[in-house]
Amino acid sequence: MSLFGEVPQATPVAVFKVTNDFKEDPNPKKVNLGVGAYRTDEGQPWVLPVVKKVEKIIVADDSLNHEYLPILGLPEFRSSASKIALGEDSPAIQENRVGAVQCLGGTGALKIGAEFLRRWYNGNNNTRTPVYVSAPTWENHNAVFVNAGFEDVRPYKYWDAEKRGLDLSGFLGDLERRKLFVFFDSAYQGFASGCLDKDAWAVRYFITQGFEMFCAQSFSKNFGLYNERVGNLTIVARDPDNLKRVLSQMEKIVRVTWSNPPSQGARLVAVTLNNPELFSEWKDNVKTMADRVLSMRASLRAKLEALETPGTWDHITQQIGMFSFTGLNPNQVEYLIKEKSIYLMASGRINMCGLTTKNIDYVAESIHESVVNVQ
Amino acid sequence: MNIYRLCLGISISLPACFSSWWSEVQMGPPDPILGVSEAYKRDTNPKKINLGVGAYRDDQGKPFVLSCVRKAEAQIAAKKLDKEYLAIGGLGDFNKACAKLALGDDNEVIKSGRNITVQTISGTGSLRIGANFLSRFHTEAREVYLPTPSWGNHTPIFRDAGMQLKAYTYYDPKTCGFDFQGALNDISKIPAKSVIMLHACAHNPTGVDPRPEQWKEIAELVKKRNLLVFFDMAYQGFASGDIDRDAWAVRYFIEQGHNILLSQSFAKNMGLYGERVGGFTVVCKDAEEAKRVESQLKILIRPIYSNPPMNGARIAATILNTPDLYKEWLGEVHGMANRIITMRELLVANLKKEGSTKNWQHVIDQIGMFCFTGLKPEQVERLTKEFSVYMTKDGRISMAGVTSGNVGYLAQGIHSVTK
Repeated sequence: MSLFGEVPQATPVAVFKVTNDFKEDPNPKKVNLGVGAYRTDEGQPWVLPVVKKVEKIIVADDSLNHEYLPILGLPEFRSSASKIALGEDSPAIQENRVGAVQCLGGTGALKIGAEFLRRWYNGNNNTRTPVYVSAPTWENHNAVFVNAGFEDVRPYKYWDAEKRGLDLSGFLGDLERRKLFVFFDSAYQGFASGCLDKDAWAVRYFITQGFEMFCAQSFSKNFGLYNERVGNLTIVARDPDNLKRVLSQMEKIVRVTWSNPPSQGARLVAVTLNNPELFSEWKDNVKTMADRVLSMRASLRAKLEALETPGTWDHITQQIGMFSFTGLNPNQVEYLIKEKSIYLMASGRINMCGLTTKNIDYVAESIHESVVNVQ
Repeated sequence: MNIYRLCLGISISLPACFSSWWSEVQMGPPDPILGVSEAYKRDTNPKKINLGVGAYRDDQGKPFVLSCVRKAEAQIAAKKLDKEYLAIGGLGDFNKACAKLALGDDNEVIKSGRNITVQTISGTGSLRIGANFLSRFHTEAREVYLPTPSWGNHTPIFRDAGMQLKAYTYYDPKTCGFDFQGALNDISKIPAKSVIMLHACAHNPTGVDPRPEQWKEIAELVKKRNLLVFFDMAYQGFASGDIDRDAWAVRYFIEQGHNILLSQSFAKNMGLYGERVGGFTVVCKDAEEAKRVESQLKILIRPIYSNPPMNGARIAATILNTPDLYKEWLGEVHGMANRIITMRELLVANLKKEGSTKNWQHVIDQIGMFCFTGLKPEQVERLTKEFSVYMTKDGRISMAGVTSGNVGYLAQGIHSVTK
């Protein structure tokens, strides 16, 4: 008799299953438009040139070792990462009311933030506090907050399926007249428009409006450091005293989760952000990635319009960042996967980075076929 | 006039008053273990000694990066690997090697595929995943029995995961050794299906380990009581200097039919502290059960950090899977363990030289990085205040912080507060 005889087989996490199925597909024309990682025009992962440079610097530095970081992480990483989000001249930073926790990727930052909120927001351990997430949202948002103990994770209107764009009135309607704590998820700063400041506009605007907030930052995409798990939970508080107490409680949460964060990735980012030349080179690398995505967007839209694929396709260029919600329905998605070996999420989400100048014709033609042949 | 207008502007856009969401958040107490290092850093006494956190130091008191680690890093750098996400369960090459290291190459468990081993965020991360797994799936019993004392972070980890903490006798303050009978008595009363935490070797904080014959009796009793065994092995290789010897209890229990949970850390034995390298293993009934358990571990991991960090696991895997690096590693672990053993002997010799008449044999008998000196809190406080020797209040010292350069001064201090 096993103690674990009753443990059921869990369904696999969807996005990783897509990549798995892609890997096992023998079709030479296969295309992976699933998981959100940048690819070059050769369809290859890209280690940023600035990262390679900094890695060499680190390897050559004999004074570095593998000692534990402090619980809240590498200080020069935390402060420089927060500056990236809030701006070098942020008054909140100057007022000493900004702090940060180095975390394992964006997921880790969301996790620590969620755990803190469940313990300390809106009373103590008030698990009934509603958590509003956009409809749709990254599928792991739900799990992060539920696992942190929140019982009521609700959607707010966001995506307009007909317009294939933002449902602004729905959005405002769902959130009006409510006293809300703001938790920003910033996984793509720099990656969206190619400009760090532009992509941080919303976060910085909210600060000028006087909000206390959390901002979960990921450096997975904009630094290409996916597997090093580099994230930062930036905390903007009313004043230094509140900040101090919040950070002390953050330490307790970190200690029972992972004790202290991994050093390699944070070091890479800190060295880069704190050196003007390297920082400048990094911004160029980010722009390279963003520009390629923008050109794939333009190209895909143009080809679909040239094919006269039924429907409108301007959402492809109006949407921003790594992903596009194509508007394809589940049957059309299934067609693409099964008949064309083009892998995407059931929601119709594609990763623009999976497109290259070599496969874009095949993808455009296949999308055309699926829209024409499959209802 | 201008300031007045400015204040009006601010109060309109802020919530009703200048209050914060966090006014009720209390100041958290400093972490007892990591807080010691922070206090040490602030001390300006040139003779200060940090015997707080368990990180190895060489005889110059410096952090030690293993040579096999540097070589592995160079090998990895030459391969120009990408930085794509690892699987949720981590690096496959690491997981396999991690299990083999603990269980032995030829272990029947590995051969039959009835273990699931996932990469975790060092030992803490491993214990946390284990605690979460128990909380969700081990619904027949909510209690985890820890030895008294245990690593300070065990309790908050299990408690935060929703388990209840209980204790069994372990350390005998009269002998500064193992209270074997006390342990057996307590274990014999633990309700069936409860979880019992065992330190595989180099018990933290006491350094007191059961002897093999004692482990055998414990294993039998635990089986009779039908308890779920959770081994914490943070010091394999570090205790005796021998990898297999330090894993003996883990392997024995498995041989005896215990399907254990196991946490491993490579922080100390590979010096990979800040890289956060660890493993969590569940020994299951069969390969089919292992698959089910694996799927559930992934569901637990994803909403915490999605997937683990690559760097340290890659280093560890390279060492474990490359014969000459592995051999070199065994030698270096042996070297670290030996230096600790030498410091133990030196400390006792120096205490005697100072004129101490107390029995310090336990300093030599205890194993691993830590020594439970037997010092009382007031004595510890004096040692810190008067001699700038930093250690935890329970009298635990990290032998790794002792060097041939400071052992004399340390003996002076200890003798001074205990005579």
